Amino acid sequence: MPILETQELTYTYSQGTPFEKTAVDHVSLKIEEGELIGVMGHTGSGKSTLIQHFNGLLRPTSGKILLEGKDIWENKEKIRDVRFKVGLVFQYPEYQLFEETVYKDIAFGPKNMGLDDAEIKRRVYATAHDIGLSEELMERSPFELSGGQKRRVAIAGVMAMEPKVLILDEPTAGLDPAGRDKILGHIKAYHQRTGNTTLIVSHSMEDIASFADRILVMSKAKLFCFDETVKVFSRAEEIAQIGLDVPQITKVFMKLKKQGLDFGKEVYTVGYAKDLLMKHLNAREGL
Amino acid sequence: MLRDITIGQYFPGNSVIHKLDPRFKIIITILYIVMLFTGDSLLCLVVGAVYTVMAILLSRIKLKMFVKSVKPIIPFLVITAVINLLLVNSGEVLWRWKFFKITDEGINISLFMIIRIVLLIAGTSILTYTTSPITLTDAIERLLSPLKKLHFPVHELAMMMSIALRFIPTLIEETDKIMSAQKARGAEIDTGSFMNRARNLISILVPLFISSFRRADELATAMECRCYNGGEGRTRLRQLKSSARDYIALAVTVMFLAAAIIVAQMTK
Ligand SMILES: Nc1ncnc2c1ncn2[C@@H]1O[C@H](COP(=O)(O)OP(=O)(O)OP(=O)(O)O)[C@@H](O)[C@H]1O
Ligand SMILES: [Mg+2]
Repeated sequence: MPILETQELTYTYSQGTPFEKTAVDHVSLKIEEGELIGVMGHTGSGKSTLIQHFNGLLRPTSGKILLEGKDIWENKEKIRDVRFKVGLVFQYPEYQLFEETVYKDIAFGPKNMGLDDAEIKRRVYATAHDIGLSEELMERSPFELSGGQKRRVAIAGVMAMEPKVLILDEPTAGLDPAGRDKILGHIKAYHQRTGNTTLIVSHSMEDIASFADRILVMSKAKLFCFDETVKVFSRAEEIAQIGLDVPQITKVFMKLKKQGLDFGKEVYTVGYAKDLLMKHLNAREGL
Repeated sequence: MLRDITIGQYFPGNSVIHKLDPRFKIIITILYIVMLFTGDSLLCLVVGAVYTVMAILLSRIKLKMFVKSVKPIIPFLVITAVINLLLVNSGEVLWRWKFFKITDEGINISLFMIIRIVLLIAGTSILTYTTSPITLTDAIERLLSPLKKLHFPVHELAMMMSIALRFIPTLIEETDKIMSAQKARGAEIDTGSFMNRARNLISILVPLFISSFRRADELATAMECRCYNGGEGRTRLRQLKSSARDYIALAVTVMFLAAAIIVAQMTK
C-alpha cells in the first residue's frame, strides 16, 4: 500500500472571483514508504500548492488524498493527526521562528503533540544532532543565529515531530553552495537513519539528481512526469523545454551525443561521468 | 481564508468610472454621502438608490462584489434594525408583548436605516473598487494640499497612507503563510480551546512583528538610497488631469443632490 496517494487532485485558488487560478490540475500519484523523492517544476508550477495538500493545510477543490490508504478528509477533526504524520517544512522556514531559545522552538511541535518532557528532550537533541546543530546553541536565541543555522533550527522543528513523511519546500533556497550541500547532506543522512519517506522540492536538478529515488516533475499545474531518476533524465530535452535546468554534466553529455559520442546512458552526476569517460578512454587506448 | 477579505480592494478596469479623475471621485463620493443624509423619509433614499444603481452599472463591476462589501456589516444592520423596531414608541401600534411594541413608524425607521447603510457601503465601495489605492492617496494629497500653508504635514500623511495600503496585502499573505507553517507544527489556531488558541497566537504574532520591522527597515533603506527626503520639490510620474468627463459627472451628482434636497423639503 502506498503511504501517500492522490487521486485526481485539483485545487483552485480564489474560486469564484476574477483572480481564480487552478494551481494543481487533476494530479494522481502514489508514493511508497521509505522513498526519497525530488519534486521539481519551474516557478508557479504548483509544487508548493501540491505539497500543502499532503498534510491537510489545503483542502482539495476536488479529488482525494489518501494517507496509508485512508482519505485524510474523511474525518475533519482528525486533520491535526495527519499533520503529525506528515511533516511539512515551508519555503524560508526561518521566518517562522518565534521562541526565546532554540531548544524551545524545536520543542514546539513535539509539545503540541502532547509528548512528555523526557521524550521531547530526547527528540530535540536527536534532531539537533541529525541536522548538525551543536548543543551549546540550544540555549541561544534563534534570532542571533546565522541564516543557515536558523534554517536548520526550523527544519529540526519539524523533524522533531518524527513524521512518517517529511516534506521540505526548497530547503536550500537562498543559501550559498556550502550551506546548500551541508543541509542536503544532513537531510540525506536523516533519511538514511530513519528510513522515513522524504520529499524535497527543488528548482535545481543538480541538488536532487544524485540521491532521489524518483523525481516528480510539475509543469503548469499538471503532473508532467513521475518516474525513476534515470528515466526522468532520459527525457532531458523535454525537461529543458518546460523551462527546467538539467545538471550541467547532463548538458555536456547531450552535446557529446550530438557530436557522435553516444554512451547510450543518462549521465547526471560528475562521478558517474568520470567513470564512463575513463572507461571510454582506456578502451580507446587499448585498441 | 484570510486573503478573501476585500477591504479597499481595487478591481482594475476600463469603465467610465475607472477613468474619472480620482480627485473628482472623492468629491463626488462626499456629495453622495451628503445626498444620503439630506432627508429622513424613504422617498429621499429613492433618489440615492437610483444614483447608486446607475453608478454600479457604469462601473461594470460584478454585483456580487457589492454584495460581498455589505456582508460583513449584516450583523450590525440586524442589531440596529431590531433595536429600532422594538424601541420606537411613536406611531400606530401593530404588535405588543410586555413592554415591547412594534409600530408602523418603527418599521419605517428600521427599513430606512438598513437601506441607508447599505447604500452608503455599496456606493462608497465604488470609489475603492475603481480607484487604485495609490491614486487615491495621491488625490487625497492634492485635495488637502492647501493645508500645507498651515504647516499640516500633508505629504507625510499621504506617504504613510500609501505605504500602509501597499502593505496590507503583503501582511495578509505573510500572516497566511506563518499560520500555515505553525499549523504544520500542530499549533491549534482555528480549532481547540480558547486558552490554547491564545497561546498559539504568539507563534504567529512574533514572526509577523519581526518581519514587519525587517520590511520597514528595508523600505527605509531603499527610499534613502533613492534620495527620498520628503515632498519638497518632488515631481510626479502620474499627473492628475481633469477633463470634460469629470465635470459632467460632478454636474450629474450635483443634480441628484439637488433632487434629494427638494424631495426632502417636500416630504417634511
Ligand atoms: N495564496 C494564493 N492565492 C492565489 N494564487 C496563488 C496562491 N498561492 C499560489 N498561487 C498561484 O498558484 C500557482 C502555483 O503556485 P505555487 O506556489 O504552488 O508554485 P510553486 O511551484 O511552488 O512555485 P515556486 O517555485 O515559485 O515556489 C501560481 O501561479 C501562483 O500564482
Ligand atoms: Mg513554492
